[in-house]
Amino acid sequence: MTWVSVATGLLLFAGVFFYAAGTVGLLRFPDPAARLHALTKADHLGLAFIALAAALEWGSVAIAAKIAAVWLLAIMAAGTSAQLMARVTRQDHSDEP
Amino acid sequence: MTAAFELILCLMILGTACVALLVRDFLAAIAFFVVFGNLMGLAWLALGAVNVALAEIAIGAGVTGVLLILTRGRLLALGEQIDGNPLGHWLNLGAAVVCSAFAVVLGAAVLSIAPDDGLAPVIDRLMPRIGVENPVTGVLLAFRAYDTLLESFVLLGALVAVWSLAPADAWPRAPAALRMTDPAALNVAESFGRLVLPIALVVAAYLVWVGSDRPGGAFQGGTVLAGGFLLAAMGGAMGLPRSDDPAFRWTLVAGPLVFLAIGLAGMALGRFLAYPEGMAKALIVTIEYFLAFSIGVTLALLVAGPPVRAETVP
Amino acid sequence: MSLPAALGHLFPLTGAALVGLGLFGFIILRHPLRQLLAVNVIAAGIFLILGGLGRGEDVTDPYPQALVITGIVVSVALTALGAAMITRLAEDRCAPAPTPEPPGDRDA
Repeated sequence: MTWVSVATGLLLFAGVFFYAAGTVGLLRFPDPAARLHALTKADHLGLAFIALAAALEWGSVAIAAKIAAVWLLAIMAAGTSAQLMARVTRQDHSDEP
Repeated sequence: MTAAFELILCLMILGTACVALLVRDFLAAIAFFVVFGNLMGLAWLALGAVNVALAEIAIGAGVTGVLLILTRGRLLALGEQIDGNPLGHWLNLGAAVVCSAFAVVLGAAVLSIAPDDGLAPVIDRLMPRIGVENPVTGVLLAFRAYDTLLESFVLLGALVAVWSLAPADAWPRAPAALRMTDPAALNVAESFGRLVLPIALVVAAYLVWVGSDRPGGAFQGGTVLAGGFLLAAMGGAMGLPRSDDPAFRWTLVAGPLVFLAIGLAGMALGRFLAYPEGMAKALIVTIEYFLAFSIGVTLALLVAGPPVRAETVP
Repeated sequence: MSLPAALGHLFPLTGAALVGLGLFGFIILRHPLRQLLAVNVIAAGIFLILGGLGRGEDVTDPYPQALVITGIVVSVALTALGAAMITRLAEDRCAPAPTPEPPGDRDA
């Protein structure tokens, strides 16, 4: 049990916790905007923690850089899709008075 | 630990497949199908088949998902109902009984075959002769190059078949534009498309390059490229070409053509699709780059669909 | 890592169940686009049988892997063709009213 495996375990735990929190928010929040808020923010914090854990587990700078690139792309894609979805839901709401 | 993970994974695969097939709202069905495709990718990872996992997630979940969403939008615009109206209960029950019986027979057949990686050592022995280290790339582009050559023609043939569905007076025009209609949404999608297209180019080139030694390859790279093209088209950063644009037609056939030319050159040296000793890797990488580019363009256009009469929005 | 004997068949059996499930969906679903989705589920099941039976002690047979990649690409090509045909059929069902076009054009 080195300190690396302890840190990996803690990071994984934090990641899973944020994913669970995001999912609970997705299921329980009342309106689309709040659900999107739960999904994008909590889930991507979760992804960040899991990515950190994976990078630590491998312990190589090159692999950590690749994981960071993947993470960056994932949050940019999530930001874009969240924007688009928010716009669609707002349109749907203005359509039905 | 692994056993528990795999068991849960299989249950989740079956569950998402059930929801994708039976949920009433078709958009939800597509969403679950995409999740199903990603879980299938995880299953391939659990099997140690990283090449297939990449292909399944990129093509099976990504491209097929975009295709289904796009088709749904087009059908809804035409006023079609996609929400299922199921058959009578008795017929459902009968179908369920028959299909379960079929699945059980298939399962019994599967159980009678012992899982076996018998060809892996054979392929391992042959790999040093082509200088490539990824055995899947070796099979695809050297030992079963025939299949891959024909497959690239299948893709091309499918695109020709899709184009042949165009109305007669629409023929040489471009497919229906993929750009978003809402100006503000278009703005968001455009900046994302402009950002992603160059990244997709680099990632595709990287995937093809590492594909010779590690997981990756022409199909995976080509699909990433297709994804970049589609995102750029949705953001309006890129228009779709007319079907009679000669430069564009050359990009479609470049991959299969280079493959075929190298295969025929091999025939001059002995056998069709045989690579000369020592040059195999260079030829394979050349074929893969051309193939990946053609596959990217072909897949993007397969998703875009046949030419349409005038500028309409899906 | 040695493979527990019972686990070797897990993925192929899941594949067999997926084929049955997809077939059931294909039979009971009425809309062709939903049937196309069911066909994709069947295809995924077949790939899982094919690839999963190549599972060895620590590597999966690369030969079926290559076949499955080929299969995935062919299945997306067929899905695209099917989707285009379904769209065209729907257009033909709905088109005559909204698009006035010169007579005889369609037969040309």
